[in-house]
Amino acid sequence: MQDKLITSKADTLLEVQYTWWDKMSRLGRLLWRDRIAIVGILIFLSVVVAAVFAPILTPYKPLEQNLYASKLPPAWVAGGMWEHPFGTDNLGRDMFTRIVYGARVSLGVSFFGALIAAFIGVLLGSIAAYAGGKLDEVIMAPINLVLSLPYLLFVVFIASVLGRSLINVILIFGVTNAPIFARVTRGEVLRIRQSPYVESAICAGAGWARILIIHILPNLVGPLVTLMSFQISAMIFYEAGLGFIGLSVPPTVPSWGNMLAEGRRYLTSYPWLTTFPGLAIMYTSLGMNLLGDWIRDVSDPRIRRARR
Amino acid sequence: MMNYLLEVEELVTKFYTVDGVIHAVNGLHFKLKEGETLAIVGESGSGKSVAMMSLLSLLPTPPAKIEHGAAYFTRKNGRRVNLIQQKYHELNDIRGGEVGFIFQDPVTSLNPILPIGKQISESLIRHLGLSTREAYEKSIELLDRVGIGDPKLRYRYYPFQLSGGMRQRVMIAIAVACNPSLVIADEPTTALDVTIQAQIVDLFKKLREDLKMATIWISHDLGLVATLADRVLVMYAGQVVETAKVDDLYERPMHPYTIGLLGAVPGMGMERSKRLVSIEGAPPDLMIPIHHCPFTWRCSRVEKRCWETRPPLIELGGEHEVACFLYE
Amino acid sequence: MLKYILSKVFQSLLLAFGVLVLAFLMVRMTGDPTSLMVSRNATAEERAAFREAMGFNRPVLVQFVDWIRKSLSGDFGNSLHFKEPALDLVLQRLPATLILALTGLGMAILIGIPLGFLSGLKAGGIIDAVGRLIALMGQSIPNFWLGLILILIFAQKLGWFPVFGFDEPKAVVLPGFVLSLPVMGELLRLTRSAVLETRSEDFVRTAYSKGLRRRTIYIDHILLNVLIPLVSVIGVEFGYMLGGSIYIETVFSWPGMGQLVGQALGWRDYPLVQAIVVFTSIVVLTLNLVTDILYAILDPRIRHAR
Repeated sequence: MQDKLITSKADTLLEVQYTWWDKMSRLGRLLWRDRIAIVGILIFLSVVVAAVFAPILTPYKPLEQNLYASKLPPAWVAGGMWEHPFGTDNLGRDMFTRIVYGARVSLGVSFFGALIAAFIGVLLGSIAAYAGGKLDEVIMAPINLVLSLPYLLFVVFIASVLGRSLINVILIFGVTNAPIFARVTRGEVLRIRQSPYVESAICAGAGWARILIIHILPNLVGPLVTLMSFQISAMIFYEAGLGFIGLSVPPTVPSWGNMLAEGRRYLTSYPWLTTFPGLAIMYTSLGMNLLGDWIRDVSDPRIRRARR
Repeated sequence: MMNYLLEVEELVTKFYTVDGVIHAVNGLHFKLKEGETLAIVGESGSGKSVAMMSLLSLLPTPPAKIEHGAAYFTRKNGRRVNLIQQKYHELNDIRGGEVGFIFQDPVTSLNPILPIGKQISESLIRHLGLSTREAYEKSIELLDRVGIGDPKLRYRYYPFQLSGGMRQRVMIAIAVACNPSLVIADEPTTALDVTIQAQIVDLFKKLREDLKMATIWISHDLGLVATLADRVLVMYAGQVVETAKVDDLYERPMHPYTIGLLGAVPGMGMERSKRLVSIEGAPPDLMIPIHHCPFTWRCSRVEKRCWETRPPLIELGGEHEVACFLYE
Repeated sequence: MLKYILSKVFQSLLLAFGVLVLAFLMVRMTGDPTSLMVSRNATAEERAAFREAMGFNRPVLVQFVDWIRKSLSGDFGNSLHFKEPALDLVLQRLPATLILALTGLGMAILIGIPLGFLSGLKAGGIIDAVGRLIALMGQSIPNFWLGLILILIFAQKLGWFPVFGFDEPKAVVLPGFVLSLPVMGELLRLTRSAVLETRSEDFVRTAYSKGLRRRTIYIDHILLNVLIPLVSVIGVEFGYMLGGSIYIETVFSWPGMGQLVGQALGWRDYPLVQAIVVFTSIVVLTLNLVTDILYAILDPRIRHAR
């Protein structure tokens, strides 16, 4: 089989020119090796579908009250109806519908929050790493401060001051999680910039833009995507927590956190009001964590070598 | 009937990776007598280190797998065992106790949080059954022997407090601590300065004489090998291409690869106008199994049959063997 | 090493100052703090009186200096709700939170680290699968929700553990366990990957080449190298637990600082909130400093650094 280009090698593992098909099939093999990641991807996709197609998937509206059908247990428990598969809450709102719509809030908040955090963080981190010296110190000082503090307390504090709104929650998550992205980015950029590969490229006269695009960015993708999936998973938790103490989105918006807060009053009498939102959170979080685990295993060369 | 200390037959080691199977060692074959020094020479990726580590099961399995082969080692008590088939417990008695291994990179090969003296004593306590006190004394002695000054003080030093040369001396001390009958040295001087290299080699020669050890010295430095070895084995793409007594090899290299290698070494007193002859091309991709001579792509004397089957090791007399059809 | 420790102490002091600045700013994020703290029905006169009493009508810089001065001497003003010095209230609640956090940390360490270690050693085996499952669950289950579920189970069905308050020592078990889960998962995962990474290091290969017994290799070479960096992580996680106690204490009606913060936010008692946040942050910073120093002592590379 001489159709693969042979280049000179440095070690036992040869660098062979990969075609696009090779890359895809390699990804497939990596996925098959860690089949559990497929579960993660499926879960993630199912939640996205739920969020996007919520109106189509649900028979009711999330705010639609029906006091005649209030406090119904899930369909498989005595007293429940199949018209309301997950039961209803104290105002007669269908739980299933609210859970599905809740996915919008949770995913929306976490996804956009993570996006903002990543954008700000990567920007700051790369500037700090590239500039070095005083600018680096000035940028990293507040970042290190935020990272060493009890995160939740401050988030709760700020959320309380700013008031309940969707935008606020997204912004808070975005800004307060930017530091972790900044720190990781800075670390990676520094590491890559100091690698002999890049140093020789600089010696050969490569401009900083070229170095950035060809050398640095591709290496950033792995750790950043990993971090993003874990951050999204974490933000779903944070939203739930904030909602639980009444500091998340306004009570009219169906979010899993808000549902937990509402359900708490009826914990022992109508436990399904708390069970389902929690399960939804757990389900989504599980998917994101599995996905994040797999991405990390696949993109970190050290872990790859040491597997089993 | 000469009893060989180590007889390796048809060693085949492969790495099963996500990207494919790497055929790192494709049939290694050699015999080693007691007290003899064999040098294994080859370029990076020729399989030299992998082969030696396979012998002592030092490769991570997975992804590595020793598919095939035997390595008959004669132990101090006279028993002849196949290293490849040993269970952990028996192998462990041999490792360190009868076979020492010196690794290439002294920086990463020493435990950073243990004092170096302790890393030597560990071995002594395990194999010679010494008490902590006795092991301590002997370690001091060993440190002194390998040329580390003020050993009582240095016993407590951590690896990062030593220079590269001193770290390698510690590695040597560890390897010879229990008076092994065989020491395998994997390019121990490659990571060091040239001046330090010479010192380490001298130290090694002295130890070899005092302790009467057999040695397998892996290197890609032909000049170094010339001063150290009794016999040389040349590896290419995981296979043996030539083996001979050291003088024989240098004066009468037979395999086109060996000839090329020797021609590529700059020598003192070379005429200025003479160009360095380098071998064109690059070693083959080890992920593709090769069922013919691996050197075909770069060989200046290649013929049709070289592409068809693997050349067997042909004896040329005087312990000189070549794997090349030219000499059939 | 001394230089290292001193620089860390200095950094911590700077961070502590930063905390005070942050707390000052956060209350003023939407402008005049008065509107945050008075009830919505307050008349303009009541607002003016409040503003005057709290000194919010002074120039910001003056307020800032005053804040710093007072904070340094422990004066965080009076709680609006209780009308007592805020700091005293915080200190009253401190022991309960400490006990909870320590219990949680203890559980997380005692279960997470050994399991993670075994998982890493026998990667791919049953123990590994169990360990990874626990880690995954610990990080995927919202722990305060789990608290609610456990309350449901234990209050209604089994009466093994009390679910409210801190009336007997047994009461700490449920909240402590729930608090410990995410950290347990994290420690397990970190220990496992540290073990996996260390196993493939060259010096472990050297240890095998010396023919040492498995147990010696696992303990002397792998375990010690794994534990040292874990020390700093444990410090960080403990800080996280102190912060995360808000939800757990609220769910279990645990009489600690976390519960107080939740209530204070409800009462809009921001002086109290500030006091708690600042105090907790200082505790966390101190903890981080202590673990950093511990790390410096344990790692010979830093201990003997020139």
